[in-house]
Amino acid sequence: MNLANRRYIISGIIVFFGIIFTVRLFSLQVSSDHWKAKAAELTEERVLIYPSRGLIYDREGELLVANRAIYDLMAVPRKVQPFDTVAFSQLLKMDIHDLEDALNKAKKYSRYKASVIRKQIDPEDFARIAEQLHKYPGFYGQARTVRSYRRGVGAHVLGDYAEAGPSDIQKYPYYQSGDYIGKGGVERTYEEDLRGRKGMRYVLVDVRNNVQESLSEGRFDTSAVQGADLTLTLDADLQAYAEKLMQNKLGSVVAIEPATGEILSLVSSPTFDPNLLVGGKRGTNYKALQQDSLKPLYNRAIQGQYRPGSIFKMVQSLIALQSEAISPATRIPCNRGIIGCHGSHSYDDLKGAIIHSCNPYFHQVMKRMVEPGKNSSRFEDAHAGLDNWNQRIRRFGFGTNLNTDIPNVKTGNVPDAAYYDAIYGEKRWAYSTIYSLSIGEGELLINPLQMANLAAIIANRGWYMPPHVIQSIGTDGKPLAFRQPQFTGVDPEHFEVVVNAMQKVVEQTGGTARRARIEGVEVCGKTGTVQNDPLPDHSVFIAFAPKDDPKIAVSVYVEYSGYGGTWAAPIASLLIEKYLNDSIADPSKEQRILEAEFRGI
Amino acid sequence: MNATRRQDIRRNIDWVTIGLYAVLVLVGWTAIYSANYDPAQSEIFKFNADHGRQIIWIGVCAFIALILLNTEGEFFIRFSVISYALVLILLVLVLLIGKKVGGARSWFGVGSFGIQPSEFAKTTATLMLAWYVAQAGSRFKALKTRLTAALIIAFPAGLILLQPDAGTVLVFAGLVFALYREGLSGNILLFGFGAIILAVVAILTGASTLDYPLLGEQSGIFALLLGLILLGGLLIFGVRGFTLPRYRPKNYRFVLAVLIASLGFSYAVNYGVESVLKPHQRERIYVLFGMNQNPDADYNIRHAKAAIGSGGWTGKGYLNGPMTRYDFVPEQHTDFIFCTIGEEWGFFGSFFVVALFVVLILRIIALAERQRSQFSRVYGYGVASILFMHLLINVGMVLGIAPVIGIPLPFFSYGGSSLMGFTILIMIMLRLDAERFSVFR
Repeated sequence: MNLANRRYIISGIIVFFGIIFTVRLFSLQVSSDHWKAKAAELTEERVLIYPSRGLIYDREGELLVANRAIYDLMAVPRKVQPFDTVAFSQLLKMDIHDLEDALNKAKKYSRYKASVIRKQIDPEDFARIAEQLHKYPGFYGQARTVRSYRRGVGAHVLGDYAEAGPSDIQKYPYYQSGDYIGKGGVERTYEEDLRGRKGMRYVLVDVRNNVQESLSEGRFDTSAVQGADLTLTLDADLQAYAEKLMQNKLGSVVAIEPATGEILSLVSSPTFDPNLLVGGKRGTNYKALQQDSLKPLYNRAIQGQYRPGSIFKMVQSLIALQSEAISPATRIPCNRGIIGCHGSHSYDDLKGAIIHSCNPYFHQVMKRMVEPGKNSSRFEDAHAGLDNWNQRIRRFGFGTNLNTDIPNVKTGNVPDAAYYDAIYGEKRWAYSTIYSLSIGEGELLINPLQMANLAAIIANRGWYMPPHVIQSIGTDGKPLAFRQPQFTGVDPEHFEVVVNAMQKVVEQTGGTARRARIEGVEVCGKTGTVQNDPLPDHSVFIAFAPKDDPKIAVSVYVEYSGYGGTWAAPIASLLIEKYLNDSIADPSKEQRILEAEFRGI
Repeated sequence: MNATRRQDIRRNIDWVTIGLYAVLVLVGWTAIYSANYDPAQSEIFKFNADHGRQIIWIGVCAFIALILLNTEGEFFIRFSVISYALVLILLVLVLLIGKKVGGARSWFGVGSFGIQPSEFAKTTATLMLAWYVAQAGSRFKALKTRLTAALIIAFPAGLILLQPDAGTVLVFAGLVFALYREGLSGNILLFGFGAIILAVVAILTGASTLDYPLLGEQSGIFALLLGLILLGGLLIFGVRGFTLPRYRPKNYRFVLAVLIASLGFSYAVNYGVESVLKPHQRERIYVLFGMNQNPDADYNIRHAKAAIGSGGWTGKGYLNGPMTRYDFVPEQHTDFIFCTIGEEWGFFGSFFVVALFVVLILRIIALAERQRSQFSRVYGYGVASILFMHLLINVGMVLGIAPVIGIPLPFFSYGGSSLMGFTILIMIMLRLDAERFSVFR
């Protein structure tokens, strides 16, 4: 073999490997996107820009809810180097096992991505930690926004702003682990307005995860949109005063401006300072509130479902007048054989019956509506009659959530024929079975917001605006839904007799609500006492004032306190006086309420 | 030396090679600049940064090239033995008083600059080999001469292995191509390829365990050995069935010898990997075959592949490769410099660089072939072999088809010794080539 030919073998080997490299280059670079994705995963990072959450003001423009910073201690496991866990756990004031658990969990989640090691460190504590943090590579503080409540009032209305749980994250793709979400009240209803929109920055990071530059000069970046500020209809001073009056009592206070449906104050007692649920102590405080036997987290004003008692007699009067079952002049004997009564009266007309809260009178009134004798069978008669009655009642908003903007309303119960069919069987009940409804007892359940709304309806003589707490969202004003009046179907003229009677209840010597009297203000009200055997009765009172130009409608419900006139009425009165006059003429009246204490059992 | 002759030399210099060399050095420098690029300090002549220092080295190399091109070829021939001996002494010295960098004792430190004698050993060994083969002439057919030639390569290679620098040792093994051209049996190359394949299979089977009948769980290497014995047996039957009786004894001996050699070799490779190699070296081999258990072991090569693979057809643009610029790729300005090309210039750029190297190597082979003197030819093939081995190991490594062995990419990787070594290697060849008409040796 000619040795000179070996040059071709050697050259061939060289070209052969050149081709192998080319093929390999092609397979790495061109034929698949696998390595492109890998490189992007390593070098590109999305940095979320959190907009600041909208602030919340009261109707006078007083700042109720502001933002403040809090810190989460984060760790990127890949960058964490062996460290003195004992010293670090002492620095964090964290149990060493919890620290180790958190680190292991973080490692399991991702070696490259940050996980929360300790949540919600208050700025003072974090300042102390930050000084030492350089000794612990891989750890850093992530600032988060939490709420700060300037007045510490209205916890139930404002709601909670806390870390989104797994179900929230699953339901709303906007949120990711560690994000916060409004969990109740206004924070929840107006979450999308308050939160604004997160922005996203795409950046290139180096191997130490330090941000180096924007990706593609920020072409894919989106900027954050600030959350809208909210102005509420709440009057912070009135709210604070109402909370003070309700101290050491169980129950609720709801005050509405009748003409607009604006909720001026909404109290559920016992309440709590919303600042308790912010920051490092949230966990323990939340647990304590949850385990409290008096259920401070429970919003009685919208979730408490009570039998309304005597205040319901006004509703009966109004729909009976409208359906022409009675007229203001209708007199009915106080026949205490069927149903008990109180006071000295025997043959009242409508006005007298309301003032005296005559039970037999309203037993008859409802019978005329529910069992009018249209059908020979009293069972069928009552069946049709009750459904007719039910529809009229519902137009007052009972059995509905009133389309309010406070979430989680319990609608109460307004029974219809189907309801009793289910209990007793078809044609197995008649009016005689269900007459307790006539005086607001029996299966009837109403929440305190609906009671206040009833006062507003009477104040307006026949209509209401859906009660709401939103005054304006950012610069957008009030949502249209809250500016559309809802009509009850009862004509204004039928209200005169009821309103006059309600005024007498307060003004007349011997009226059940004389404790609600205010010098120089025409207050109209109605007491109720809801039986609660064997425990003390619940005391209930609804009112509005002034009579001819109503500015405020109120419901007060005080559990286990006895007669409605004794406790609920003066509380309502003080609230009205405070709102209209801005001062209390008789401090002893206030003192009496502040010192009272009712805790049920 | 008269004026006419000087002119002849200038005219006879192979400007194609000079051009290829210049392009590679320049492209290499832009890659180093990019690998160290910092927008805040983008100055080119920044002599405390790698790309700035490389400019100094390029200048020094241009000066060296000028001197070498103006040196009589005869000088290199006479100088070969002396330079070989000198570098051997340096290689011994570096083992004794060298600076330890990255686990290997291969540097002489001079201030902030260091010098690596192994980079020059490649040139001197090639010169020595060329001189020896040329003066041996027709005696090269003798086994003794061939063994001496092998020793000339093995001696510096052995000293370098002690540093240890396995990559450079492999480069020395490439000189076998030059010897093959001079008449070494082609079987050497075949055996070489066979050995590589057998080694791969031995590593793969050795790393797995099999459940043998009777013996239970044992290393898979025994299955390979068993397979080889069976294959040998078959071949012996084959010899009996298909060859004439008078050739049979010779064939039997051959098959038997190959079988025994294969068995020994397979077992030795397996033993070497399992018991001699250090854990990190073993890991690199396992990474290559995708058998590693340690997720961090293939970190370097994964990132290198991601850098190159993310380049696509045309790359991300010069100075725009985040993988290489933001330190995801290790040793990105030295051993892994090819990643910068792959990421920023994509498939086209990478192919262009590989093609430049292949063309340069083929050009040098063409130069070697046109020499009248055997010295020049052997030397030329040596130069081509060394360049080829560097390309093979370095690019093979960053592409993930060769194990991670630290070895520079000629002209590209940052480093004065490396660039100087390759400059000297090539310029001597160009001077020898320029004299090809006037010399009869």
